[in-house]
Amino acid sequence: MAEVEKSREVKKQEAGGGVATERTRTGRIYMPNVDISEDRDSLTLYADLPGAGDEDVSVTLENDVLTIEGKVSPVKVGDRRLSYAEYGVGDYFRAFTITEPIDRDRIEARMKDGVLRIVLPKKEEAKPKQIKIQAE
Amino acid sequence: MSRIGRIGWSWDPIREMERLERDWSDFFSGFGRPSAVKYPPVNISTGEDDVVITSEIPGVNPEDVDLTVTGDVLTLKGTRRQQELGEGQAWHRRERGYGDFYRTIQLPYNVESSKVEANYSKGILMITLPRAEADKARKISVKTA
Repeated sequence: MAEVEKSREVKKQEAGGGVATERTRTGRIYMPNVDISEDRDSLTLYADLPGAGDEDVSVTLENDVLTIEGKVSPVKVGDRRLSYAEYGVGDYFRAFTITEPIDRDRIEARMKDGVLRIVLPKKEEAKPKQIKIQAE
Repeated sequence: MSRIGRIGWSWDPIREMERLERDWSDFFSGFGRPSAVKYPPVNISTGEDDVVITSEIPGVNPEDVDLTVTGDVLTLKGTRRQQELGEGQAWHRRERGYGDFYRTIQLPYNVESSKVEANYSKGILMITLPRAEADKARKISVKTA
């Protein structure tokens, strides 16, 4: 059990090799932590993007790659001096390959309290179907 | 914790870090025992007359966060609730933590607890702690005889 705890780091991770292209904005880029769940009808993704509001986030699905980007402006603290820091502030970037066929027209994304929630409904043909076994 | 420089305070960030290390949180552990994870992470900005603490706690209900100030110590306590799974849902990935958290933060000076303000926006908690009037540095003019 202790092993499990150790492997789960709370620290924000900087996005590394996953970012293929260079960005026009300089500054740090962090990889948001995500939870992804699936049921029969859809995939649901939750991503932590503290500091990003609904206008700061963009979600795109192109060629089966789901991209999440978030732009963050640091909280203004006036003329006070940063004396101690445990987290860094920067933009967010993360991309996932989605293998399930997704109904693109029905994707929903919403931001609340720094958490992005994306619902990706599966295409009808991708949904599991019960096959009836017939008796001879 | 002993402190030097009560007059015209000097605040030692290394000492502060050591203090923060001792805080606990069962965040992520989920087994009802403390782990060494520091949650939520805080940044501290200090001014002449106040301290601003910001903390990244996305997706919490502000009602689940409890802040108390006693003298020069801030206690930050709360819960980040687990996302419930619906019928027939299964997790593919779980990276976001949940659970109870508890931290105490040593402030560089005594705080006017009645004037402490906190607000929560875009998943960031921002706490402004004004320095106690009695604690403020005063300029003393030297008189000549």
